[in-house]
Amino acid sequence: MSTDTVHTPHREEAVYVYQAPVRLWHWINAFAILTLAVTGYLIGSPPPAVPGEASDSFLFGWIRYLHFSAAYILIVGILFRIYWAFVGNAHARQIFLPPVWKRSFWSGLLHEAKWYAMVVKEPMKYAGHNPLATLSMHILFVWGIIFMIVTGLALYGEGAGMGSWQHTMFTSWVVPLFGQSQDVHTWHHLGMWVIICFAIIHIYAAIREDIMSRQSIISSMFSGWRTFRDDTPPDDSGH
Amino acid sequence: MTETFYDVMRRQGITRRSFLKYCSLTAASLGLGPSFAPQIANAMETKPRIPVLWLHGLECTCCSESFIRSAHPLAKDVILSMISLDYDDTIMAAAGQQAEAIIEETIQKYDGNFILACEGNPPLNQEGMSCIIAGKPYLEQLKHAANHCKAIISWGSCASWGCVQAARPNPTQATPIHKVPGLAAKPIIKVPGCPPIAEVMTAVITYIITFDKFPELDRQGRPKMFYSQRIHDKCYRRPHFDAGQFVESFDDEGARKGYCLYKVGCKGPTTYNACSTVRWNGGLSFPIQAGHPCIGCSEDGFWDKGAFYDRLTDIHGFGVEANADEIGGGAAMVVGAAAAAHAAVSAVKRARTKGGKE
Repeated sequence: MSTDTVHTPHREEAVYVYQAPVRLWHWINAFAILTLAVTGYLIGSPPPAVPGEASDSFLFGWIRYLHFSAAYILIVGILFRIYWAFVGNAHARQIFLPPVWKRSFWSGLLHEAKWYAMVVKEPMKYAGHNPLATLSMHILFVWGIIFMIVTGLALYGEGAGMGSWQHTMFTSWVVPLFGQSQDVHTWHHLGMWVIICFAIIHIYAAIREDIMSRQSIISSMFSGWRTFRDDTPPDDSGH
Repeated sequence: MTETFYDVMRRQGITRRSFLKYCSLTAASLGLGPSFAPQIANAMETKPRIPVLWLHGLECTCCSESFIRSAHPLAKDVILSMISLDYDDTIMAAAGQQAEAIIEETIQKYDGNFILACEGNPPLNQEGMSCIIAGKPYLEQLKHAANHCKAIISWGSCASWGCVQAARPNPTQATPIHKVPGLAAKPIIKVPGCPPIAEVMTAVITYIITFDKFPELDRQGRPKMFYSQRIHDKCYRRPHFDAGQFVESFDDEGARKGYCLYKVGCKGPTTYNACSTVRWNGGLSFPIQAGHPCIGCSEDGFWDKGAFYDRLTDIHGFGVEANADEIGGGAAMVVGAAAAAHAAVSAVKRARTKGGKE
Protein backbone atom coordinates (compact mmCIF):
# COMPACT_ATOMS: atom_id res chain seq x y z
CA MET A 1 0.00 0.00 0.00
CA SER A 2 1.60 3.28 -1.07
CA THR A 3 1.56 6.14 1.39
CA ASP A 4 0.14 8.74 -0.97
CA THR A 5 -3.27 7.10 -1.01
CA VAL A 6 -3.52 7.33 2.76
CA HIS A 7 -5.76 10.18 3.68
CA THR A 8 -4.34 12.10 6.62
CA PRO A 9 -7.15 13.84 8.44
CA HIS A 10 -6.95 17.64 8.03
CA ARG A 11 -6.38 19.27 11.38
CA GLU A 12 -8.61 22.33 11.54
CA GLU A 13 -6.68 24.92 13.49
CA ALA A 14 -8.52 28.19 13.84
CA VAL A 15 -7.11 31.55 14.89
CA TYR A 16 -9.19 34.22 16.59
CA VAL A 17 -8.52 37.28 14.42
CA TYR A 18 -11.41 39.75 14.50
CA GLN A 19 -12.50 40.61 18.01
CA ALA A 20 -16.19 41.33 18.58
CA PRO A 21 -15.84 45.17 18.60
CA VAL A 22 -13.96 45.05 15.30
CA ARG A 23 -16.65 42.91 13.70
CA LEU A 24 -19.42 45.12 15.01
CA TRP A 25 -17.57 48.21 13.79
CA HIS A 26 -17.02 46.62 10.38
CA TRP A 27 -20.72 46.12 9.74
CA ILE A 28 -21.86 49.43 11.21
CA ASN A 29 -19.20 51.15 9.15
CA ALA A 30 -20.30 49.27 6.01
CA PHE A 31 -23.93 50.35 6.43
CA ALA A 32 -22.88 53.93 7.22
CA ILE A 33 -20.83 54.03 4.02
CA LEU A 34 -23.72 52.61 1.99
CA THR A 35 -26.06 55.26 3.41
CA LEU A 36 -23.50 58.01 2.89
CA ALA A 37 -22.83 57.01 -0.72
CA VAL A 38 -26.51 56.85 -1.68
CA THR A 39 -27.52 60.08 0.09
CA GLY A 40 -24.30 61.79 -0.99
CA TYR A 41 -24.97 60.95 -4.61
CA LEU A 42 -28.50 62.33 -4.25
CA ILE A 43 -27.17 65.53 -2.70
CA GLY A 44 -25.06 66.02 -5.82
CA SER A 45 -27.86 64.98 -8.18
CA PRO A 46 -31.18 65.51 -6.40
CA PRO A 47 -34.31 63.47 -7.24
CA PRO A 48 -37.07 65.11 -9.34
CA ALA A 49 -38.89 68.03 -7.78
CA VAL A 50 -41.60 67.36 -5.21
CA PRO A 51 -44.92 69.05 -6.08
CA GLY A 52 -47.06 70.99 -3.62
CA GLU A 53 -46.35 73.47 -0.88
CA ALA A 54 -42.77 73.73 0.33
CA SER A 55 -43.99 73.46 3.90
CA ASP A 56 -45.55 70.03 3.21
CA SER A 57 -42.30 68.40 2.27
CA PHE A 58 -38.83 68.00 3.69
CA LEU A 59 -37.44 65.45 1.24
CA PHE A 60 -34.08 67.05 0.55
CA GLY A 61 -33.82 68.01 4.18
CA TRP A 62 -34.24 64.34 5.13
CA ILE A 63 -31.67 63.21 2.57
CA ARG A 64 -29.18 65.64 4.02
CA TYR A 65 -30.16 64.71 7.58
CA LEU A 66 -29.54 61.03 6.81
CA HIS A 67 -26.21 61.90 5.26
CA PHE A 68 -25.11 63.89 8.30
CA SER A 69 -26.37 61.28 10.80
CA ALA A 70 -24.63 58.44 8.98
CA ALA A 71 -21.52 60.61 8.81
CA TYR A 72 -21.46 61.11 12.56
CA ILE A 73 -22.00 57.38 13.14
CA LEU A 74 -19.09 56.70 10.80
CA ILE A 75 -16.87 59.28 12.53
CA VAL A 76 -17.59 57.93 15.99
CA GLY A 77 -16.98 54.42 14.63
CA ILE A 78 -13.63 55.39 13.12
CA LEU A 79 -12.56 57.10 16.34
CA PHE A 80 -13.50 53.97 18.25
CA ARG A 81 -11.69 51.81 15.70
CA ILE A 82 -8.51 53.88 16.11
CA TYR A 83 -8.83 53.51 19.88
CA TRP A 84 -9.27 49.77 19.42
CA ALA A 85 -6.08 49.65 17.35
CA PHE A 86 -4.28 50.54 20.57
CA VAL A 87 -6.11 48.28 23.00
CA GLY A 88 -7.18 45.41 20.74
CA ASN A 89 -5.16 42.45 19.53
CA ALA A 90 -2.30 42.68 17.06
CA HIS A 91 -4.63 42.18 14.10
CA ALA A 92 -6.59 45.29 15.12
CA ARG A 93 -3.72 47.61 14.17
CA GLN A 94 -2.77 45.90 10.93
CA ILE A 95 -4.60 48.23 8.53
CA PHE A 96 -3.30 51.32 10.34
CA LEU A 97 0.34 50.28 10.29
CA PRO A 98 1.36 48.28 7.24
CA PRO A 99 4.85 46.92 8.06
CA VAL A 100 6.49 48.61 5.08
CA TRP A 101 9.87 48.37 6.78
CA LYS A 102 9.83 44.55 6.58
CA ARG A 103 11.26 42.76 3.57
CA SER A 104 8.77 39.94 4.06
CA PHE A 105 5.93 42.45 3.60
CA TRP A 106 7.14 43.43 0.15
CA SER A 107 7.96 39.89 -0.95
CA GLY A 108 4.52 38.83 0.30
CA LEU A 109 2.99 41.74 -1.62
CA LEU A 110 4.76 40.60 -4.78
CA HIS A 111 3.60 37.05 -4.25
CA GLU A 112 0.02 38.18 -3.69
CA ALA A 113 0.16 40.33 -6.83
CA LYS A 114 1.39 37.27 -8.76
CA TRP A 115 -1.44 35.24 -7.26
CA TYR A 116 -3.92 37.78 -8.56
CA ALA A 117 -2.16 37.90 -11.90
CA MET A 118 -2.59 34.09 -11.88
CA VAL A 119 1.13 33.57 -12.29
CA VAL A 120 1.58 31.51 -9.13
CA LYS A 121 -0.63 28.52 -8.38
CA GLU A 122 -1.11 29.06 -4.71
CA PRO A 123 -1.43 32.12 -2.46
CA MET A 124 0.43 32.40 0.79
CA LYS A 125 -1.44 31.74 3.95
CA TYR A 126 -2.32 34.50 6.37
CA ALA A 127 -4.10 34.64 9.69
CA GLY A 128 -4.50 38.42 9.30
CA HIS A 129 -4.71 40.39 6.06
CA ASN A 130 -2.37 39.55 3.22
CA PRO A 131 0.09 42.37 2.36
CA LEU A 132 -1.86 43.47 -0.71
CA ALA A 133 -5.06 43.73 1.32
CA THR A 134 -3.24 45.56 4.11
CA LEU A 135 -1.82 48.12 1.73
CA SER A 136 -5.03 48.74 -0.21
CA MET A 137 -7.03 49.06 3.01
CA HIS A 138 -4.45 51.41 4.44
CA ILE A 139 -4.27 53.70 1.42
CA LEU A 140 -7.78 53.57 -0.05
CA PHE A 141 -9.82 52.98 3.07
CA VAL A 142 -7.97 54.50 6.05
CA TRP A 143 -6.66 57.57 4.25
CA GLY A 144 -9.72 57.72 2.01
CA ILE A 145 -12.07 57.82 4.96
CA ILE A 146 -9.90 60.36 6.82
CA PHE A 147 -10.02 62.56 3.72
CA MET A 148 -13.80 62.19 3.58
CA ILE A 149 -14.18 62.99 7.29
CA VAL A 150 -12.01 66.10 7.08
CA THR A 151 -13.62 67.48 3.91
CA GLY A 152 -17.07 66.39 5.10
CA LEU A 153 -16.77 68.21 8.41
CA ALA A 154 -15.42 71.25 6.56
CA LEU A 155 -18.53 71.29 4.36
CA TYR A 156 -20.78 70.72 7.36
CA GLY A 157 -19.08 73.63 9.14
CA GLU A 158 -20.12 75.93 6.29
CA GLY A 159 -23.74 75.42 7.23
CA ALA A 160 -23.08 75.29 10.97
CA GLY A 161 -21.46 78.70 10.59
CA MET A 162 -18.53 80.58 12.03
CA GLY A 163 -17.97 79.82 15.68
CA SER A 164 -19.12 76.20 15.41
CA TRP A 165 -16.42 73.64 16.24
CA GLN A 166 -16.73 72.16 12.76
CA HIS A 167 -16.02 75.57 11.24
CA THR A 168 -13.21 76.40 13.63
CA MET A 169 -11.48 73.03 13.39
CA PHE A 170 -12.09 72.20 9.74
CA THR A 171 -13.80 74.76 7.48
CA SER A 172 -11.45 77.58 8.46
CA TRP A 173 -8.39 75.85 6.99
CA VAL A 174 -9.78 73.25 4.57
CA VAL A 175 -11.63 75.69 2.30
CA PRO A 176 -8.63 78.04 1.87
CA LEU A 177 -6.43 74.97 1.29
CA PHE A 178 -8.57 73.83 -1.65
CA GLY A 179 -9.11 77.39 -2.88
CA GLN A 180 -12.86 77.58 -2.52
CA SER A 181 -15.91 75.76 -1.28
CA GLN A 182 -16.93 74.38 -4.68
CA ASP A 183 -13.59 72.57 -4.99
CA VAL A 184 -14.04 70.98 -1.57
CA HIS A 185 -17.46 69.73 -2.72
CA THR A 186 -15.95 68.33 -5.91
CA TRP A 187 -13.12 66.53 -4.13
CA HIS A 188 -15.45 65.20 -1.46
CA HIS A 189 -17.60 63.85 -4.28
CA LEU A 190 -14.58 62.29 -5.96
CA GLY A 191 -13.60 60.76 -2.62
CA MET A 192 -16.94 58.93 -2.62
CA TRP A 193 -15.99 57.21 -5.84
CA VAL A 194 -12.62 56.20 -4.38
CA ILE A 195 -14.45 54.56 -1.48
CA ILE A 196 -16.88 52.91 -3.93
CA CYS A 197 -13.97 51.56 -5.98
CA PHE A 198 -12.43 50.27 -2.76
CA ALA A 199 -15.72 48.60 -1.81
CA ILE A 200 -15.95 46.85 -5.18
CA ILE A 201 -12.39 45.54 -4.88
CA HIS A 202 -12.88 44.67 -1.21
CA ILE A 203 -16.07 42.67 -1.76
CA TYR A 204 -14.80 40.94 -4.88
CA ALA A 205 -11.49 40.01 -3.25
CA ALA A 206 -13.23 38.76 -0.12
CA ILE A 207 -15.53 36.47 -2.14
CA ARG A 208 -12.72 35.25 -4.38
CA GLU A 209 -10.34 34.60 -1.50
CA ASP A 210 -13.08 32.85 0.39
CA ILE A 211 -13.51 30.44 -2.51
CA MET A 212 -9.98 30.10 -3.80
CA SER A 213 -7.48 30.86 -1.04
CA ARG A 214 -6.32 28.74 1.87
CA GLN A 215 -8.19 30.54 4.62
CA SER A 216 -11.73 31.60 5.47
CA ILE A 217 -12.60 35.25 4.80
CA ILE A 218 -16.27 36.18 4.85
CA SER A 219 -17.36 33.93 7.71
CA SER A 220 -14.42 35.28 9.74
CA MET A 221 -16.01 38.73 9.75
CA PHE A 222 -19.07 37.17 11.37
CA SER A 223 -17.46 34.67 13.75
CA GLY A 224 -14.08 36.28 14.30
CA TRP A 225 -12.30 32.96 13.70
CA ARG A 226 -10.01 32.36 10.77
CA THR A 227 -10.05 28.74 9.68
CA PHE A 228 -7.60 27.11 7.30
CA ARG A 229 -7.89 24.49 4.64
CA ASP A 230 -4.46 22.89 5.15
CA ASP A 231 -2.05 22.22 7.95
CA THR A 232 0.98 24.31 7.06
CA PRO A 233 1.43 27.17 9.51
CA PRO A 234 0.32 30.64 8.35
CA ASP A 235 3.01 32.73 6.69
CA ASP A 236 2.40 35.56 9.12
CA SER A 237 2.50 33.37 12.24
CA GLY A 238 5.50 35.32 13.46
CA HIS A 239 3.43 38.48 13.19
CA MET B 1 -4.54 121.11 7.87
CA THR B 2 -6.81 118.64 6.09
CA GLU B 3 -10.53 118.97 6.52
CA THR B 4 -12.52 116.50 8.55
CA PHE B 5 -15.29 114.44 6.97
CA TYR B 6 -17.84 116.55 8.76
CA ASP B 7 -16.40 119.79 7.40
CA VAL B 8 -16.61 118.43 3.91
CA MET B 9 -20.16 117.22 4.40
CA ARG B 10 -21.29 120.58 5.73
CA ARG B 11 -19.56 122.30 2.86
CA GLN B 12 -21.49 120.01 0.53
CA GLY B 13 -24.69 121.40 2.01
CA ILE B 14 -25.56 118.40 4.15
CA THR B 15 -27.43 119.27 7.32
CA ARG B 16 -26.32 117.99 10.70
CA ARG B 17 -29.60 116.13 10.89
CA SER B 18 -28.84 114.25 7.66
CA PHE B 19 -25.32 113.67 8.84
CA LEU B 20 -26.49 111.97 12.03
CA LYS B 21 -28.97 109.90 10.05
CA TYR B 22 -26.14 108.78 7.87
CA CYS B 23 -24.11 107.80 10.92
CA SER B 24 -26.95 105.66 12.27
CA LEU B 25 -27.51 104.09 8.89
CA THR B 26 -23.83 103.27 8.57
CA ALA B 27 -23.74 101.77 12.04
CA ALA B 28 -26.70 99.59 11.09
CA SER B 29 -25.22 98.50 7.79
CA LEU B 30 -21.98 97.55 9.52
CA GLY B 31 -23.96 95.40 11.91
CA LEU B 32 -23.07 97.60 14.88
CA GLY B 33 -25.33 98.55 17.75
CA PRO B 34 -27.07 101.94 17.90
CA SER B 35 -24.47 103.06 20.45
CA PHE B 36 -21.90 103.12 17.69
CA ALA B 37 -23.69 105.88 15.78
CA PRO B 38 -22.28 108.67 18.01
CA GLN B 39 -18.85 107.05 17.76
CA ILE B 40 -19.05 107.20 14.00
CA ALA B 41 -20.28 110.80 14.16
CA ASN B 42 -17.40 111.69 16.46
CA ALA B 43 -14.86 110.10 14.16
CA MET B 44 -16.28 111.92 11.19
CA GLU B 45 -16.14 115.22 13.03
CA THR B 46 -12.59 114.91 14.26
CA LYS B 47 -10.61 112.74 11.89
CA PRO B 48 -8.93 114.14 8.83
CA ARG B 49 -10.10 112.81 5.52
CA ILE B 50 -8.12 109.87 4.28
CA PRO B 51 -6.90 110.36 0.75
CA VAL B 52 -7.62 107.48 -1.57
CA LEU B 53 -5.85 106.61 -4.77
CA TRP B 54 -8.12 104.45 -6.87
CA LEU B 55 -6.00 102.73 -9.50
CA HIS B 56 -7.33 100.71 -12.42
CA GLY B 57 -5.52 97.71 -13.86
CA LEU B 58 -7.02 95.01 -16.03
CA GLU B 59 -10.70 95.38 -15.21
CA CYS B 60 -14.10 96.15 -16.69
CA THR B 61 -14.99 99.08 -14.39
CA CYS B 62 -17.96 97.18 -12.97
CA CYS B 63 -16.60 97.87 -9.47
CA SER B 64 -16.73 101.62 -10.11
CA GLU B 65 -20.15 101.28 -11.71
CA SER B 66 -21.39 99.41 -8.67
CA PHE B 67 -19.76 101.83 -6.23
CA ILE B 68 -21.39 104.95 -7.67
CA ARG B 69 -24.78 103.22 -7.42
CA SER B 70 -24.58 102.82 -3.65
CA ALA B 71 -28.21 103.22 -2.76
CA HIS B 72 -28.21 105.13 0.45
CA PRO B 73 -28.04 108.66 -0.96
CA LEU B 74 -25.63 109.92 1.61
CA ALA B 75 -23.33 107.03 1.07
CA LYS B 76 -23.26 107.84 -2.59
CA ASP B 77 -22.97 111.60 -2.37
CA VAL B 78 -20.83 111.83 0.66
CA ILE B 79 -18.37 109.01 0.52
CA LEU B 80 -17.24 110.17 -2.87
CA SER B 81 -16.51 113.58 -1.38
CA MET B 82 -15.44 112.65 2.08
CA ILE B 83 -12.76 110.14 1.29
CA SER B 84 -10.94 112.70 -0.78
CA LEU B 85 -10.80 110.47 -3.79
CA ASP B 86 -7.69 112.08 -5.18
CA TYR B 87 -7.34 109.90 -8.20
CA ASP B 88 -9.80 107.72 -10.07
CA ASP B 89 -9.30 108.00 -13.80
CA THR B 90 -12.84 106.84 -14.55
CA ILE B 91 -14.69 109.51 -12.66
CA MET B 92 -12.21 112.33 -12.18
CA ALA B 93 -12.43 115.58 -14.08
CA ALA B 94 -8.73 115.91 -14.79
CA ALA B 95 -7.15 113.97 -17.62
CA GLY B 96 -3.75 113.28 -19.12
CA GLN B 97 -0.69 114.85 -17.52
CA GLN B 98 -2.75 116.66 -14.93
CA ALA B 99 -4.38 113.49 -13.75
CA GLU B 100 -1.14 111.57 -13.51
CA ALA B 101 0.50 114.44 -11.64
CA ILE B 102 -2.05 114.00 -8.87
CA ILE B 103 -0.75 110.52 -8.09
CA GLU B 104 2.74 111.85 -7.42
CA GLU B 105 1.37 114.76 -5.46
CA THR B 106 -0.69 112.51 -3.20
CA ILE B 107 2.18 110.09 -2.69
CA GLN B 108 4.49 112.92 -1.63
CA LYS B 109 2.00 114.80 0.47
CA TYR B 110 0.52 111.81 2.30
CA ASP B 111 3.41 109.36 2.23
CA GLY B 112 2.44 106.27 4.22
CA ASN B 113 -0.95 107.75 4.98
CA PHE B 114 -3.25 107.14 2.05
CA ILE B 115 -5.32 104.18 1.00
CA LEU B 116 -4.60 102.44 -2.24
CA ALA B 117 -7.81 101.11 -3.76
CA CYS B 118 -7.09 98.66 -6.55
CA GLU B 119 -9.66 97.88 -9.15
CA GLY B 120 -8.40 95.22 -11.51
CA ASN B 121 -5.04 93.51 -11.48
CA PRO B 122 -1.68 93.72 -13.24
CA PRO B 123 -0.58 91.30 -15.97
CA LEU B 124 2.95 90.02 -15.41
CA ASN B 125 3.76 88.52 -18.81
CA GLN B 126 5.56 90.56 -21.47
CA GLU B 127 6.85 92.78 -18.64
CA GLY B 128 3.34 94.00 -17.96
CA MET B 129 2.80 95.32 -21.49
CA SER B 130 -0.79 94.10 -21.58
CA CYS B 131 -1.88 96.96 -19.36
CA ILE B 132 -0.37 100.37 -19.99
CA ILE B 133 -1.39 103.41 -17.96
CA ALA B 134 0.01 106.78 -19.02
CA GLY B 135 2.67 105.14 -21.14
CA LYS B 136 3.97 102.83 -18.43
CA PRO B 137 2.98 99.33 -17.35
CA TYR B 138 0.31 99.36 -14.67
CA LEU B 139 2.55 97.01 -12.69
CA GLU B 140 5.02 99.86 -12.12
CA GLN B 141 2.34 102.31 -11.09
CA LEU B 142 0.88 99.77 -8.68
CA LYS B 143 4.23 98.91 -7.08
CA HIS B 144 5.16 102.56 -6.74
CA ALA B 145 1.87 103.49 -5.07
CA ALA B 146 1.97 100.38 -2.86
CA ASN B 147 5.41 101.37 -1.58
CA HIS B 148 3.96 104.56 -0.11
CA CYS B 149 0.41 103.63 0.88
CA LYS B 150 -0.95 102.77 4.28
CA ALA B 151 -3.17 99.89 3.25
CA ILE B 152 -4.61 98.31 0.14
CA ILE B 153 -8.20 97.59 -0.75
CA SER B 154 -8.59 94.89 -3.42
CA TRP B 155 -11.85 95.81 -5.09
CA GLY B 156 -13.72 93.05 -6.81
CA SER B 157 -12.80 89.58 -7.99
CA CYS B 158 -10.08 90.92 -10.34
CA ALA B 159 -7.96 92.41 -7.59
CA SER B 160 -8.93 89.71 -5.09
CA TRP B 161 -8.65 86.52 -7.14
CA GLY B 162 -7.82 87.34 -10.76
CA CYS B 163 -11.28 86.95 -12.33
CA VAL B 164 -11.86 86.51 -16.07
CA GLN B 165 -8.52 87.83 -17.29
CA ALA B 166 -6.81 85.26 -15.04
CA ALA B 167 -9.04 82.41 -16.27
CA ARG B 168 -7.14 79.66 -17.96
CA PRO B 169 -4.95 79.76 -19.85
CA ASN B 170 -4.36 83.30 -18.55
CA PRO B 171 -2.17 84.42 -21.48
CA THR B 172 -1.16 87.72 -19.90
CA GLN B 173 -0.59 86.14 -16.48
CA ALA B 174 -2.99 88.52 -14.82
CA THR B 175 -2.26 88.27 -11.09
CA PRO B 176 -4.36 89.28 -8.08
CA ILE B 177 -2.90 92.05 -5.93
CA HIS B 178 -1.84 89.88 -2.98
CA LYS B 179 0.15 87.60 -5.29
CA VAL B 180 2.06 90.28 -7.19
CA PRO B 181 5.75 89.54 -6.63
CA GLY B 182 7.76 92.37 -5.16
CA LEU B 183 4.74 94.30 -3.92
CA ALA B 184 5.34 96.13 -0.64
CA ALA B 185 3.98 94.14 2.30
CA LYS B 186 0.96 96.29 3.19
CA PRO B 187 -2.26 95.07 4.80
CA ILE B 188 -4.73 94.02 2.11
CA ILE B 189 -8.48 93.75 2.44
CA LYS B 190 -10.29 91.80 -0.26
CA VAL B 191 -13.77 92.84 -1.30
CA PRO B 192 -14.53 90.20 -3.94
CA GLY B 193 -17.49 90.08 -6.28
CA CYS B 194 -17.97 90.85 -9.93
CA PRO B 195 -18.75 93.55 -8.98
CA PRO B 196 -18.94 93.75 -5.17
CA ILE B 197 -22.22 95.02 -3.75
CA ALA B 198 -22.23 98.83 -3.65
CA GLU B 199 -23.26 99.04 0.00
CA VAL B 200 -20.56 96.55 0.93
CA MET B 201 -17.95 98.75 -0.75
CA THR B 202 -19.10 101.93 0.94
CA ALA B 203 -19.48 100.19 4.29
CA VAL B 204 -15.93 98.84 4.14
CA ILE B 205 -14.58 102.31 3.41
CA THR B 206 -16.67 103.85 6.16
CA TYR B 207 -15.45 101.28 8.64
CA ILE B 208 -11.83 101.91 7.75
CA ILE B 209 -12.06 105.69 8.10
CA THR B 210 -14.22 105.52 11.23
CA PHE B 211 -12.20 103.07 13.25
CA ASP B 212 -8.87 103.67 11.55
CA LYS B 213 -8.42 99.96 10.98
CA PHE B 214 -9.74 97.13 8.84
CA PRO B 215 -12.86 95.34 9.92
CA GLU B 216 -12.28 91.78 11.15
CA LEU B 217 -11.10 89.64 8.25
CA ASP B 218 -11.45 85.94 7.58
CA ARG B 219 -8.52 83.71 6.65
CA GLN B 220 -8.78 84.70 3.03
CA GLY B 221 -8.69 88.41 3.86
CA ARG B 222 -12.36 89.23 3.35
CA PRO B 223 -14.36 91.29 5.86
CA LYS B 224 -16.27 88.80 8.00
CA MET B 225 -19.29 91.06 8.32
CA PHE B 226 -20.18 90.55 4.66
CA TYR B 227 -18.45 87.34 3.65
CA SER B 228 -18.92 84.99 6.59
CA GLN B 229 -22.09 83.37 5.26
CA ARG B 230 -23.04 81.80 2.00
CA ILE B 231 -25.77 83.10 -0.30
CA HIS B 232 -27.48 79.77 0.45
CA ASP B 233 -27.58 80.36 4.22
CA LYS B 234 -29.90 83.32 3.90
CA CYS B 235 -31.56 82.56 0.56
CA TYR B 236 -35.29 83.19 0.54
CA ARG B 237 -35.70 80.09 -1.70
CA ARG B 238 -34.09 77.87 0.93
CA PRO B 239 -37.44 76.28 1.97
CA HIS B 240 -37.76 74.91 -1.57
CA PHE B 241 -34.28 73.45 -1.28
CA ASP B 242 -35.12 71.66 1.94
CA ALA B 243 -38.44 70.48 0.53
CA GLY B 244 -36.72 69.06 -2.54
CA GLN B 245 -38.44 71.44 -4.95
CA PHE B 246 -36.06 72.28 -7.75
CA VAL B 247 -36.17 74.09 -11.07
CA GLU B 248 -35.29 71.41 -13.64
CA SER B 249 -35.14 73.77 -16.62
CA PHE B 250 -35.69 77.49 -17.02
CA ASP B 251 -39.09 77.17 -18.67
CA ASP B 252 -40.71 74.65 -16.36
CA GLU B 253 -43.44 74.96 -13.76
CA GLY B 254 -40.88 75.04 -10.95
CA ALA B 255 -39.15 78.06 -12.48
CA ARG B 256 -42.48 79.91 -12.60
CA LYS B 257 -43.19 78.96 -9.00
CA GLY B 258 -39.81 80.21 -7.84
CA TYR B 259 -38.36 76.84 -6.78
CA CYS B 260 -34.73 76.36 -5.75
CA LEU B 261 -32.20 76.81 -8.57
CA TYR B 262 -29.75 74.21 -7.20
CA LYS B 263 -30.18 71.77 -10.08
CA VAL B 264 -29.65 74.43 -12.74
CA GLY B 265 -26.23 75.17 -11.28
CA CYS B 266 -26.84 77.68 -8.49
CA LYS B 267 -23.55 78.30 -6.67
CA GLY B 268 -25.32 79.81 -3.67
CA PRO B 269 -24.26 76.89 -1.45
CA THR B 270 -20.58 77.53 -2.18
CA THR B 271 -20.49 81.31 -2.45
CA TYR B 272 -19.64 83.64 0.40
CA ASN B 273 -21.29 87.00 -0.14
CA ALA B 274 -24.09 89.19 1.18
CA CYS B 275 -26.37 89.21 -1.91
CA SER B 276 -29.22 87.36 -0.23
CA THR B 277 -29.30 89.84 2.66
CA VAL B 278 -28.09 93.21 1.38
CA ARG B 279 -29.29 92.54 -2.19
CA TRP B 280 -28.68 94.87 -5.12
CA ASN B 281 -29.87 98.21 -6.45
CA GLY B 282 -31.01 99.52 -3.14
CA GLY B 283 -32.25 96.19 -1.87
CA LEU B 284 -34.46 95.70 -4.90
CA SER B 285 -33.41 92.24 -5.98
CA PHE B 286 -30.51 89.85 -6.52
CA PRO B 287 -29.84 87.22 -9.19
CA ILE B 288 -31.70 84.34 -7.50
CA GLN B 289 -34.70 86.58 -6.88
CA ALA B 290 -34.69 87.34 -10.59
CA GLY B 291 -34.80 83.60 -11.33
CA HIS B 292 -31.17 83.09 -12.26
CA PRO B 293 -28.78 80.81 -10.37
CA CYS B 294 -25.89 82.41 -8.53
CA ILE B 295 -22.72 82.04 -10.62
CA GLY B 296 -20.43 82.39 -7.60
CA CYS B 297 -18.75 85.57 -8.87
CA SER B 298 -17.14 86.37 -5.53
CA GLU B 299 -15.36 83.01 -5.32
CA ASP B 300 -11.80 82.31 -6.37
CA GLY B 301 -11.50 81.04 -9.95
CA PHE B 302 -15.23 80.92 -10.65
CA TRP B 303 -14.61 81.16 -14.40
CA ASP B 304 -12.72 77.89 -14.42
CA LYS B 305 -15.29 75.67 -12.75
CA GLY B 306 -17.16 74.65 -15.87
CA ALA B 307 -20.60 75.79 -16.97
CA PHE B 308 -22.54 78.18 -14.75
CA TYR B 309 -25.58 75.92 -15.16
CA ASP B 310 -24.07 72.64 -13.94
CA ARG B 311 -24.39 71.52 -10.35
CA LEU B 312 -21.32 69.28 -10.50
CA THR B 313 -18.41 71.30 -11.75
CA ASP B 314 -15.43 70.26 -13.78
CA ILE B 315 -12.13 68.94 -12.57
CA HIS B 316 -9.22 69.86 -14.79
CA GLY B 317 -6.22 67.64 -15.17
CA PHE B 318 -4.63 65.05 -17.41
CA GLY B 319 -6.03 67.00 -20.35
CA VAL B 320 -9.62 66.10 -19.60
CA GLU B 321 -12.53 68.12 -18.34
CA ALA B 322 -15.07 66.05 -16.48
CA ASN B 323 -17.09 66.30 -13.31
CA ALA B 324 -16.67 64.07 -10.26
CA ASP B 325 -19.41 61.66 -11.36
CA GLU B 326 -17.95 61.23 -14.82
CA ILE B 327 -14.46 60.57 -13.46
CA GLY B 328 -15.51 58.55 -10.41
CA GLY B 329 -18.28 56.67 -12.18
CA GLY B 330 -15.86 55.85 -14.98
CA ALA B 331 -13.29 54.59 -12.49
CA ALA B 332 -15.91 52.48 -10.70
CA MET B 333 -17.01 50.99 -14.05
CA VAL B 334 -13.42 50.10 -14.90
CA VAL B 335 -12.85 48.56 -11.46
CA GLY B 336 -16.15 46.68 -11.64
CA ALA B 337 -15.44 45.40 -15.15
CA ALA B 338 -11.92 44.39 -14.10
CA ALA B 339 -13.30 42.50 -11.10
CA ALA B 340 -15.86 40.72 -13.31
CA ALA B 341 -13.25 39.82 -15.90
CA HIS B 342 -10.87 38.67 -13.18
CA ALA B 343 -13.62 36.55 -11.66
CA ALA B 344 -14.36 34.96 -15.03
CA VAL B 345 -10.70 34.13 -15.66
CA SER B 346 -10.36 32.82 -12.10
CA ALA B 347 -13.37 30.56 -12.57
CA VAL B 348 -12.07 29.19 -15.85
CA LYS B 349 -8.62 28.54 -14.35
CA ARG B 350 -10.11 26.86 -11.32
CA ALA B 351 -12.35 24.68 -13.44
CA ARG B 352 -9.39 23.70 -15.57
CA THR B 353 -7.09 22.78 -12.65
CA LYS B 354 -9.89 20.85 -10.95
CA GLY B 355 -10.61 19.09 -14.20
CA GLY B 356 -6.94 18.18 -14.44
CA LYS B 357 -6.98 16.67 -10.95
CA GLU B 358 -9.86 14.35 -11.61
